[in-house]
Amino acid sequence: MPKDSGIGASPKRREDLRFLTGTGNYTDDINVNGQAYVHFLRSDVAHGRINGLDTAAAAAMPGVIRIFTGADFEGVGGLPCGWQVTDRHGQPMQEPAHPVLAQGKVRHVGDPIAAVVAETAEQARDAAEAIDVDLEELPAVIDMKAAIEEGATKVHDDLTSNLCYDWGFVEENREAVDKAFADAAHVTTLELVNNRLVANPMEPRVAVGDYNRATDDSTLYTTSQNPHVIRLLMGAFVLGIPEHKLRVVAPDVGGGFGSKIFHYAEEAFCTFAAKAINRAVKWTSSRSEAFISDAHGRDHVTKIELALDADHNFTALRTDTLANMGAYLSTFAPSVPTWLHGTLMAGNYKTPLIYVNVKAVFTNTVAVDAYRGAGRPEATFQLERVIDKAARELNVDPIELRRKNFITEFPYATPVAVEYDTGDYNATMDKLIEVADLAGFDARKAESEKNGKLRGLGVNCYIEACGIAPSNLVGQLGARAGLYESATVRVNATGGLVVMTGSHSHGQGHETSFPQVIAEMIGIDESMVEIVHGDTANAPMGMGTYGSRSLAVGGSAMVRATEKIINKAKKIAAHLLEASDADIELKDGQFSVAGTDKSVAWGDVTLAAYVPHNYPLEDIEPGLEETAFYDPANFTYPAGAYACEVEVDPDTGKVTIERFAAADDFGNIVNPMIVDGQVHGGLGQGIGQALLEGAVYDENGQLLSASFMDYAMPRADDVPFYTVDHSCQTPCTHNPLGVKGCGEAGAIGSPPAVVNAVVDALRSAGKDITHIDMPLSPSRVWAAMNQ
Amino acid sequence: MTQVSMTVNGKAASGDVENRTLLSAFLRETLGMTGTHVGCDTSQCGACVVHVNGEAVKSCTMLALEAEGAEVSTIEGQAAADGSLNAIQQAFQDHHGLQCGFCTPGMVMSASALLKENPKPTEAEIRAYLEGNLCRCTGYHNIVKAIMAASGQDVSAIAAE
Amino acid sequence: MYEFEFERPSSIADAVAALKGDEAQALGGGQTLLPTMKQRLASPATLVSLGGIAEMKGVCVEDDGALAIGGGTTHAAVAEAAADKYPALADLAGHIGDPAVRNRGTIGGSLANNDPSACYPSAALASGATIVTNAREIAADDYFQGMFTTALEEGEIITNVKFPVPEAANYQKFLQPASRFALVGVFVAKYADGVRVAVTGASEEGVFRWTEAEAALSANFSGDALDGLSVPADGMISDLHGTSEYRAHLVGVMTKRAVAACG
Repeated sequence: MPKDSGIGASPKRREDLRFLTGTGNYTDDINVNGQAYVHFLRSDVAHGRINGLDTAAAAAMPGVIRIFTGADFEGVGGLPCGWQVTDRHGQPMQEPAHPVLAQGKVRHVGDPIAAVVAETAEQARDAAEAIDVDLEELPAVIDMKAAIEEGATKVHDDLTSNLCYDWGFVEENREAVDKAFADAAHVTTLELVNNRLVANPMEPRVAVGDYNRATDDSTLYTTSQNPHVIRLLMGAFVLGIPEHKLRVVAPDVGGGFGSKIFHYAEEAFCTFAAKAINRAVKWTSSRSEAFISDAHGRDHVTKIELALDADHNFTALRTDTLANMGAYLSTFAPSVPTWLHGTLMAGNYKTPLIYVNVKAVFTNTVAVDAYRGAGRPEATFQLERVIDKAARELNVDPIELRRKNFITEFPYATPVAVEYDTGDYNATMDKLIEVADLAGFDARKAESEKNGKLRGLGVNCYIEACGIAPSNLVGQLGARAGLYESATVRVNATGGLVVMTGSHSHGQGHETSFPQVIAEMIGIDESMVEIVHGDTANAPMGMGTYGSRSLAVGGSAMVRATEKIINKAKKIAAHLLEASDADIELKDGQFSVAGTDKSVAWGDVTLAAYVPHNYPLEDIEPGLEETAFYDPANFTYPAGAYACEVEVDPDTGKVTIERFAAADDFGNIVNPMIVDGQVHGGLGQGIGQALLEGAVYDENGQLLSASFMDYAMPRADDVPFYTVDHSCQTPCTHNPLGVKGCGEAGAIGSPPAVVNAVVDALRSAGKDITHIDMPLSPSRVWAAMNQ
Repeated sequence: MTQVSMTVNGKAASGDVENRTLLSAFLRETLGMTGTHVGCDTSQCGACVVHVNGEAVKSCTMLALEAEGAEVSTIEGQAAADGSLNAIQQAFQDHHGLQCGFCTPGMVMSASALLKENPKPTEAEIRAYLEGNLCRCTGYHNIVKAIMAASGQDVSAIAAE
Repeated sequence: MYEFEFERPSSIADAVAALKGDEAQALGGGQTLLPTMKQRLASPATLVSLGGIAEMKGVCVEDDGALAIGGGTTHAAVAEAAADKYPALADLAGHIGDPAVRNRGTIGGSLANNDPSACYPSAALASGATIVTNAREIAADDYFQGMFTTALEEGEIITNVKFPVPEAANYQKFLQPASRFALVGVFVAKYADGVRVAVTGASEEGVFRWTEAEAALSANFSGDALDGLSVPADGMISDLHGTSEYRAHLVGVMTKRAVAACG
C-alpha cells in the first residue's frame, strides 16, 4: 500500500490552491506605490559601434522621468561571471567586461543601449523610439568555426581573440588516449550539433527595484531561482550594496529551467535606477524581449570518436567541442561545457581512457548558459549517439553493446575525475525493457508499416551529476561561489514548524515535499510544517535551485537542522520526564523513556522551550530554532535507461512520438507524484529539443526564431502519455536522505532516444542514414531521406 | 481615456482605459485581478485565456473596449464562494496537472471551455484542443490526465501516479 | 501599441464612413492585427471595430445554393454553422489557429489580410467564392493579388463571402511546427464543371491555383491522376521551417491526400 503521509507518500500539493484560484504572487503581480516603468532600447544589430546617442527629444516626451545610458554606469561594476575556467595550458579564460548598459559598443541583437524610465510602460516605449542612436554596424561573428580563425573580427576588442578558453580534460590522458585509438580494432566517429535552445519558462522575466531613502535600503523583486545569489552578485560586484542593505525577493516564479539562475542587467538596472530617481522602477519582459535577452542554452558543435577492441569493449573516447558563449559570459556559462560536461563523458560505461577538448567561443549572439541539464545533455547526447552508431557499424544489438560496457561495481572512479557512489545500470535497463514492452515492438512496427508509416526504436542510457558540490572541490575547479545549502528550522511554542530554506521552489513543489521529510522525522502531521523561501530577508543564506540539487542539498540541510532540533528537544523531554537524554526516544510525536511507559508529547516539549518554567536553564537555552549548512561530500548520480518509439511519415518526414518510457534510479523518493511530474516535464523539453526547438541566427546575427511564431515549443499534441518508472533505487550513500535528484533527468536522457529511434526507422526503410541534427523537423527528415 | 464597463465573474466592473488597453491589462492593472497571466506577445501561449460571453478568448489579443458590456469570467471566479475548487481545478490538483502555476489559469479556462462543448473528450481531442495553451513544466501528461478525470473518465490505467 | 482613436459602429454604412478617416483601419477579430500592433509594426490613427455590426455575422444558404458567410463571422461560428452544408469548409474553419483564436478571428479579417500561410484564402480560391464588399462583388480569382495584397480598396469592407458548394471537397494542412499556420495547405473542390485546387502557405506570391492538377483531376478525380505532376520549387517560400523544394514536394503530397479524403 502506498503511504498517505511522510516520505514516500504523494499528498496533494498545497501550493496548487493559490495557483488554481488566481491568487499566486508572481513578480509581475507586485506593484509598489509610485512605481515607474522602464523600457530598454536594445540593439537591432548584432555588432556595432555607438558613435552618438542623443536622448534630448526622447527626454521631452510625455511621462519621461529619466533616460539612462552607458555613461550613467561608468563607475558601476559589470555583471560578474561566477566561474573561472583554466585552459589546458594553465591560463585563465579570457573574461570580457559585461556592462549593464552598452559602453560604446553593442555585441548582440538585444544588447541594451539605453533605458527610459517613465510614468507608464507605453510612454517609456514611445520615448525609447525617439532616442537617436548613431550606430555604426560592424561585421558580425556568428559561426563558431569562423570566429576562431586567424584574423576574425573580434567580439571584444580588448581580448586577444574570440577564444574564451581551450580546455583539455584530462590533459594528462591525451597521449594515452591517442595511442588507444591507434591500437583500436574499431573506431566510430560522429559529428553533430547540439542545437541552441531558449528556455522559455512561461513566465517572462520581471524586475521591480525599490528604494527607501530614509533607511538607504534597496529591495529587488525578481524572477529568480536563487535570490541570495543575486543579492551577493549584484550587491558585491555590480552596485556595491552590502547584504544588510539589500533585500532580494523571488516570490512565486513561473518556471526557470536554468534561465532564471543568472544575474541579469535588468535586475541591476532597476535596483540602481530606483535609488537614482528615488522611486520604484518596474520592468516586465515581453516574450519577444525574452528571446533576445534571456540566456540561451546548449549550442555545441562536436566531433566524438569511440575506440573499441575486438571484443567490443570501449577502450577510449575522444571529443572535440566548440561551445558557444555568446557575446558575454553569463553567470555560470564557462562551467557548462567543461565541468558539467567533460566530467560526465564516461556515462554509464567503464571506458578507461577519455579525453575531452572544449573550445569556448565568443560570438555576436545572446549569452549562452545553463539550461535544464546544462552540459550533461550535451555529454549524454553525443555519447549515446556514438554508441548507437558503433552498434550499427559492428552489427551488434545496441542494448547488448551498452550492457557489455556498463560499470557494474561501485563506488567507481571514472577517468574524468568523478566517483559514482551507487548505481545499477543493468537493473534500470531490465526495468526499461519491461515497462517499455520492447518485446512488443516488432508487432507494433508491423502495424505501423501496414499504415504506411516507418517505425523506429531508440534506446539509450544516461547518467548525470546532481546536487552540485562540494564547495572545496568546485572551488578548485574555478567556482567563485560555495555550493552548500542552508536551512533554519524554527519550532513555535505550540509545536508547529517553519522551515526557512535557501532552496527556491518554482514548480518543484517544495512546500509540499519538504514537510513530508520533517513530518516523518518527528512523527507529526505535515500540516504542522510550513516552508518559507524566496526572500533574503527571512531565509538564511542560500545557493538556490538548479542542478537538481534542492532535496539532495537543501533537503539535507533541513534534515541536519531538524536533527539539531530533535537533539535539543530530547534534552528538554529528558528534563520533563526526569530521565537521561540518552534514554529518550522520539516516535509518532511522542518523547518516551526507553523501556518505560513515561512519555511527553511533542507539543509539551516545544511549549516548555518557550515557557521555560520547568526547564534546564543551566544546561540549555530556551527556544527551539536551529540552522544548518550542508555541504555535500560528492555529487549524486541519478541514472537510467530510456526508450522511444517513433513513427515517421515517409511522404512528409514528419515524426510522431508513439511511445516513450523512462526507467530512472533516483535513489530514495520522497514524493513519487512530484518525481513523476519532474520526469514528465523533462521529457517534454527533451522531446522538444529533439523534434521542435532551435534558436537560429542568420549570418548577420539576426535571430530568425525570435518568437513563438518561429521557435517551436512542444504542445500537448506533440507528445504522448509517458511511461515513467523509478522503482530501481540505489540510494545515494553520502546524503542523509539517500536521494539523488530528478529534475533534469528527462531532459538529459530523452534527446538521444528520439534521434536513435528516427535513425532506426529510416534505416529500416533502407535509407543509409547515420545521423540527423536536431531538431528533427519534418523538412530535415525529408531532406535526409531524399539526399 | 475612455470608460469601459463589463461584468467580471458576476460583478460589475468598470474603469478608465486608453483605447489601446488590452483586456488582459484591464483585468490585471485596472481591476488588480492578477490571476490572468501574460506569457507571450504573439497570441500563442494561452496563459491569458478568459471567457467572454461564455467563449474562451485570449485576453491579450482583445481590446478592453471590445469587451464593453460583456460577461467575463476569469480564474478568480472558478472556485465556489466558500473556496472549494470546481471539478476541473480539483482534478488539476488531484493529478498534479500544474507545477509552476503560470500557465494554469489559461489551462483551467480552456479546459472548462472544452468540457462545455465536449463533455467526454478523448485524449486526442484534449491534446488538439490545447493547441493554444503552452505549458513548459508538465510535459502535458498530467494536464491531459486531469482534464480526462474532470470529465468523469477513469484515468487509473494511465501510466504513473 | 501606439495609441489610436477607436470607433465601434453598429452598421456597415457607419463603418464605411468611419473608415474614410485618415489612416483608419478596420478591426475584425484582431487575431493578427492586434499582435502586429503590439509589435508596433502597424500604427493606425483610428481603429474601426467591425465587431458590433450584426448584419455582418452569420451563415445562410443563398437561392443559388451558395453558402453565404458574413464577413464578421468567427471561425468557430463557421465551423459550427457550415458543418452540414459545406463540411470541408467547416473543417478548415475549425482548425484555424486554436479554439480561443477561432472565437475571435473572422473570415473577413482573414481574407482581407491575405496572409500567405492563412487557411481561408485557399478555400475561397478553390471554391471560386465571391468576395462581397460594401461596394462590389469580387471573384476570388481576381481578389488575391500576392501575399498580404488583395483587390480591396482603402476603406473597403468584406461584408459577405459566397461559397458555391462543391460535390466533394477537402482541405489538407501541413503545419508549420511553431506558428501552426499552414506550411502548406491544399484545398481541393470538385464541381460539376471541374476541379479547383488552391494552395496556401507555399508560394512567395501567396495563395495560388495549381492548374495542372486541376486539369488532371477534372479528367480523372483520383490521386493517380496526379502522378508525375509537381509544382516547381522556384517561387516557393524557403525559410527555417522548410526549403522551397520541401514545400513544392508537400504541395503534391497534400493534394493527393485531399483527393483521397474526398472519397
